[in-house]
Amino acid sequence: MPINPKDVTWIKEPEIGFWEATFLPAIAKGLRITLGHVTDYRPVTQQYPEQRPVLPQHYRGVHRLNRDEKGRVKCVACMLCATACPANCIAIEAAAAPPDWPDRDKYPAEFVLDELRCIYCGMCEEACPVDAIELTHIYDMTGESRAAMVFNKDALLGIYDKTKDNPADPVRTARGRLGPASELKNLATLGPATTVERGDRAATAPSPGVIGAPPPETRNTW
Amino acid sequence: MPTVYVNNQPVEFGAEERLNCVQAAQRAGVEIPHYCWHRALSVVASCRMCLVEVGQKKPDGAIAMQPKLIPGCQTPVTDGMVIVSDSDKVKAAQKATLEYLLLDHPLDCPTCDQAGECYLQDYSFRYGRGYSRLQEPKEQPPDKTYIGDQITLFTDRCILCSRCVRFTREISGTAELQIINRGNHAEIDIFPDEPCNNKLAGNVVDLCPVGALCSKDFLYKQRVWWLKTANSVCPNCSTGCSIFVDECEDRVYRLRPRYNPRAQGDFMCDEGRFGWKYVHGDERLHLPVQRDGGAAVSHDWDVVLPAARTALAEAAKRGEIAAVLSPWMTLEEAYLLVSYLKSLTSKLSLAVAPVRTVGEDDKYPKDVHGRTMEPTKFTIRAEKCPNRRGVEMILQHFAGSVMPMGDVLGRASSGAFTAMYLVGGDPQGWINEVQAAALDKVNTVIVQDILPSPASQRAKVVLAGGSFAEREGTFVNHAGLAQSIHRAIRSPGEGRPDGRILWDLAERRGLFSAAAVRREMADQVPALKPLLDAELGELGIKL
Ligand code: SF4
Ligand code: SF4
Ligand code: SF4
Ligand code: SF4
Ligand code: FES
Repeated sequence: MPINPKDVTWIKEPEIGFWEATFLPAIAKGLRITLGHVTDYRPVTQQYPEQRPVLPQHYRGVHRLNRDEKGRVKCVACMLCATACPANCIAIEAAAAPPDWPDRDKYPAEFVLDELRCIYCGMCEEACPVDAIELTHIYDMTGESRAAMVFNKDALLGIYDKTKDNPADPVRTARGRLGPASELKNLATLGPATTVERGDRAATAPSPGVIGAPPPETRNTW
Repeated sequence: MPTVYVNNQPVEFGAEERLNCVQAAQRAGVEIPHYCWHRALSVVASCRMCLVEVGQKKPDGAIAMQPKLIPGCQTPVTDGMVIVSDSDKVKAAQKATLEYLLLDHPLDCPTCDQAGECYLQDYSFRYGRGYSRLQEPKEQPPDKTYIGDQITLFTDRCILCSRCVRFTREISGTAELQIINRGNHAEIDIFPDEPCNNKLAGNVVDLCPVGALCSKDFLYKQRVWWLKTANSVCPNCSTGCSIFVDECEDRVYRLRPRYNPRAQGDFMCDEGRFGWKYVHGDERLHLPVQRDGGAAVSHDWDVVLPAARTALAEAAKRGEIAAVLSPWMTLEEAYLLVSYLKSLTSKLSLAVAPVRTVGEDDKYPKDVHGRTMEPTKFTIRAEKCPNRRGVEMILQHFAGSVMPMGDVLGRASSGAFTAMYLVGGDPQGWINEVQAAALDKVNTVIVQDILPSPASQRAKVVLAGGSFAEREGTFVNHAGLAQSIHRAIRSPGEGRPDGRILWDLAERRGLFSAAAVRREMADQVPALKPLLDAELGELGIKL
């Protein structure tokens, strides 16, 4: 499509004056900045590993598999993380949950995550309906072989045990069973994925546009 | 021709045809959502998912609509009928129906095996309201893990469409399943100690539109969205049920029936459904073998195949050759083998391996005493192989008669043959120690099979072939219906599909293509003429 001449604004190059044409003011300005840095003795280099960086809350490091309040793996082996994973680095072997877990149908008999293949995008954390997989602030994992960097279920649960008391990696949720996907302890109830019709009585409960959530004490029963 | 109007689209149907609104809409490419209706079962119109507006076009062109919504599954179409499935009234009814169906539903899709092929998910997405207004606790009856040896029930996911109940009453006739209790306490159940173990039981899992009835064999093994599907034919009996082979990363996870009105209809039997485990058995032949005086000298196809070729050519010069074909071969493989051996020598004896028959044809529905009832809706045939008719057609053409394997082995034990080419394929075995002893008198024995057998132990050359899930070709069922099978997975280890082995053995140029062989074969064998120009398609061709 040709461009309408009306939409075009023509701008003139600014005229260069005498001093500008000599470049001397620009050189002086540049030198001032350089000298300013040379004479600034405040250190900027972080003395790693003696000093460790304070990372932002949303930093995405090595994964952990969370435990529920009974210490069991929270994961329900739905494989949604493996489905979302663009690097194809999660392999889960599902099995029927042990008979003494009455609240669960399914659990991961094995959960293998290849930390070398992972690109730390965090899609798995986002996909998980029970907040079982989370990315921690650990960024300095090392191993002596490739195989050592392929973490199994126990290794991933171990990272949870290591990080759960770290204020940077708070345990944000309190449940391991499915229902209204996953209960959020401190966050406000979110609206439904679809739009809510105006005048729908159910939609007017706590605040406009938000479905009435049952009172907190009954939330676990459905 | 009578015409019915679906959402303003005219759909013509035959004067003798009996269609309901759901089927008429399908012809127009319009989906009327439905749960309880299934083309093979009786109509109960209980789920109310298919409610539509129905009216009649009067001769003067005026349209009189009925004031009430009508279940489309229960309403036969007539000339001049008008069906509306996209009006606000219908949409509101669909939303309401789904909301009611989901009232007590656990919505545990992440751990539900049906997720991804669930009609509750699909219809909720397309017709539902997207959220629930229920504030009461849900009714969540406990799961019943023993409905049958192969079936488990997640009671809380059931929408009480009663398809499973009607299947056991109308198709298998065994009537194990029933609905107990009333109202929102209604549940699917069995009588105590009367599990649903009939030979067609697995079909209730396919029929269940939600994740309530699940197959124990497949439970939690794989998420369905990772499965890739190949169209195939069940090889376990000569009924030749059309099936889907669901596979992921070279592992078969399940077989499902594929609707084929020319073959079996909608269903398949459990023998076929679960009878494929040998495909991944440890005992499968993984490598080709060339033996010299009993010791293996090579496992390399590039050595083994030429060795087989040379041995056959030399044996053909010295005397008579015999070949035993298997009723588990495809038409293409049988044709390739026979035409290759014919090109070597005219002194050729052709036989067919024994066709395993078990009992008698098993017809359904049955009554409570196990007596067959009329009309027959499903037959599990006694002949436990997929392609006896096809292989016999090839033998008839090339040899004029079909010789049983016993005759050939009898002559072999008197030293009549210089070489024998035997093809196996029956996972339950096709030759015993006594029969195989005759092979000791034959200088060159070549065996092509998927499992070790007394014959393969005596063979000079063993060619590791493919199971039905690994091959391309055509099977001809008991009634002469030619259907194609397609490759779903690669053979384990170094195994190769039989078609490729025979193609390479015959030193044909290029790659094995079942379609090309089929054309050549149809051109030469008059009985297979119908295959010449026609596409086999999904349903197959009657020979
Ligand atoms: S962070 Fe991304 S790449 Fe790594 S496991 Fe999760 S989804 Fe896969
Ligand atoms: S998404 Fe969560 S619950 Fe599902 S398999 Fe992954 S970690 Fe487990
Ligand atoms: S039956 Fe369907 S809707 Fe219900 S939990 Fe299973 S996948 Fe989800
Ligand atoms: S178990 Fe499945 S097929 Fe049977 S009534 Fe329930 S939903 Fe329908
Ligand atoms: S499909 Fe018509 S009422 Fe269920």
